Amino acid sequence: MAIDIPRIPLGDWIETGLDWLTTEFSGVTRGFANITVTAIDALNDVLIWLPEWTLLAIIAGICWSVSGIRLTIGAIAGLALIWNMGLWLPMIETLTLVVIATLVAVVIALPVGILAALSERLYKLIMPMLDFMQTMPAFVYLIPAIPFFGIGSTSAIFATVIFSMPPAIRFTTLGIRQVPVELIEASDAYGATRSQKLFKVQLPMSLPTVMAGINQTIMLALSMVVIAAMIGADGLGSEVWRAIQRLRPGDGFEAGIAVVILAMLLDRITQSLRKKRNA
Amino acid sequence: MANLKTTPDSSSHSAQSGSLTEPEVRPTETPKEEKQRHVKIQVRNLSKVFGSNTKKALELRDQGLKRPEILEKTGQTLGLSNINFDVYEGELLVIMGLSGSGKSTLIRCLNRLIEPTEGKIVIDGENIPSLSDKELLDARRRHFSMVFQNFALFPHRTVQQNTEFGLEIRGIDKQTRRETALKTLKQVGLDGWEEAYPSQLSGGMQQRVGLARALANDASVLLMDEAFSALDPLIRGDMQQELQELQHRTQKTTVFITHDLDEAINIGDRIVLLKDGEVVQIGTPEEILTQPADDYVRRFVEGVDMSRILTAEHAMRPVRATARDSDGPRTTLRKMSENSIDSIYVTSRNRNLLGLVEIDALELAAQEGQDDIKHIMTQDFRTVGRDEPLQNLFAMFTEKSFPIAVVDDEKRLLGVVVKGAVLDELAHAQAGENS
Repeated sequence: MAIDIPRIPLGDWIETGLDWLTTEFSGVTRGFANITVTAIDALNDVLIWLPEWTLLAIIAGICWSVSGIRLTIGAIAGLALIWNMGLWLPMIETLTLVVIATLVAVVIALPVGILAALSERLYKLIMPMLDFMQTMPAFVYLIPAIPFFGIGSTSAIFATVIFSMPPAIRFTTLGIRQVPVELIEASDAYGATRSQKLFKVQLPMSLPTVMAGINQTIMLALSMVVIAAMIGADGLGSEVWRAIQRLRPGDGFEAGIAVVILAMLLDRITQSLRKKRNA
Repeated sequence: MANLKTTPDSSSHSAQSGSLTEPEVRPTETPKEEKQRHVKIQVRNLSKVFGSNTKKALELRDQGLKRPEILEKTGQTLGLSNINFDVYEGELLVIMGLSGSGKSTLIRCLNRLIEPTEGKIVIDGENIPSLSDKELLDARRRHFSMVFQNFALFPHRTVQQNTEFGLEIRGIDKQTRRETALKTLKQVGLDGWEEAYPSQLSGGMQQRVGLARALANDASVLLMDEAFSALDPLIRGDMQQELQELQHRTQKTTVFITHDLDEAINIGDRIVLLKDGEVVQIGTPEEILTQPADDYVRRFVEGVDMSRILTAEHAMRPVRATARDSDGPRTTLRKMSENSIDSIYVTSRNRNLLGLVEIDALELAAQEGQDDIKHIMTQDFRTVGRDEPLQNLFAMFTEKSFPIAVVDDEKRLLGVVVKGAVLDELAHAQAGENS
């Protein structure tokens, strides 16, 4: 070819950047890793320490109180099936990862979402970042996670948080921005300060939307946690992964069905919570 | 007691209020009897330009250009231009104009929900536009409660919590808040609904909550932005009446925005008429109706020009009580006290109107033991035929407050017209024409 355009070494730059981050911030990453590992272990231990039927009863109770008989029966049947298939332990591990990842994601997403709703500038800065985070193929996050945190659960949490956080931010921002102008005017007219406006009007009114965002985050977290088996995360994902390596479709589907059951349970519970608030 | 006296007790903003003694701020439209009244809010040279180059727009305005030209030349919208008016302590001032006249902008400038571009808004000596953010919050809490067209109730709060909102913002303790809210809800007829949510209430009830929220706050000025426009006509009428009664009782300074002349005439002590961001006329409802300042106002009140078509008969009310020429002073006095009136028409047996007696004269006669009322009758009242145009009746009310007697060709008393009835009749005729 006549014109030889040099290849832009985008990949090299990113690698250099990541290397730099890994070495410079090893203290931070190690700290993060320690905290997450401790949290994961603690939650895991508690959930495993509970006898299967106790946990099953607790979850059924939650379903009963937030929704009704149908969800309760579904929950009992689904969880009993998982137990029966011998996937109880991986299910607990997956649940733990989802819970921790969601917690971290929400803790970051809420303030960011609120700030983005209140500041037009921040909004314009954050939205493209969210697009980037959501459209980047999920697997890609797994790669830098390893140099940062090594193989295992912490990396899984890291990748999951990044992948699942955007909807929580988006919905929070959306929820606050959706508060009708006249209600903002009303609170201004009565002399509300910014924080009074936020805590007495904007946040309570956006709660249903925020809950929808958290629901989305949980769903994304679950899908990512399964994928994260590729970098050594425990749980149902690793069951699927093992089934792939051994070419055992039966085992794979069993684990897959367990994921589906868990997903539906988490989804229905959070949705009912949201509807309950709405009513 | 000059009406322009600015309250010197507000010390902190004397820098701004100092210039208020300028002679040009003297309101020109003040009716005589209003001269003694204390001015609560002074609005002076208030202008608002929507856009980024406000200076240019105002320059053009000063060169005499109007809103459309300014928009074309600069892309700036002249929302309000050189607005001047006073709001007296305790009055119900209606700001009326069609959409686009700037009335909503104006009311929002008062509490700076919209930042005015230039001009002064002085309330109790404080110039609102020059307040810092923090002072503004404080001024809003002390001075303004607001009622909104679409109620603007907080859907996640109960009626009670909505009512408490202003007090909560001000950091009033829970107990006081609760008591005040309960009292205010009772006042607007919503006791028993404290725990309901706004979505469970009808439109009229929702606006009562809006009103309760404003009243509970006990700020010194009540701002009402098309507060009744979203309600259906029947409810609107009720609410207007209740507002008037309430306002009369509490003497709360009220600024009421509307696009509805009927409403303005019905409830306003005085009306400020806006057109294209400028004041066209300020005056009492009668003044607006009878002496329209220009063609615009004339066209505006054209519906009310029904006054040419409407006659005394339309506004006539049955006579509550009449005295017979054979009645003695004591009988007459009793009739009057039963009907709580202080003058009464005297008729013959076939209802021919003979004259009018006043309570003072009667009491004197009764004391002196006289038994005839004919010689204390006066003829100092107006009689009109039933076909007299309503318009002519306005002028007759200026001197004396006696009801006007409506008589037929044989001088038989048919009924009386009281001042309010004329306005009511005109207002209704106008409403009928609009719908």
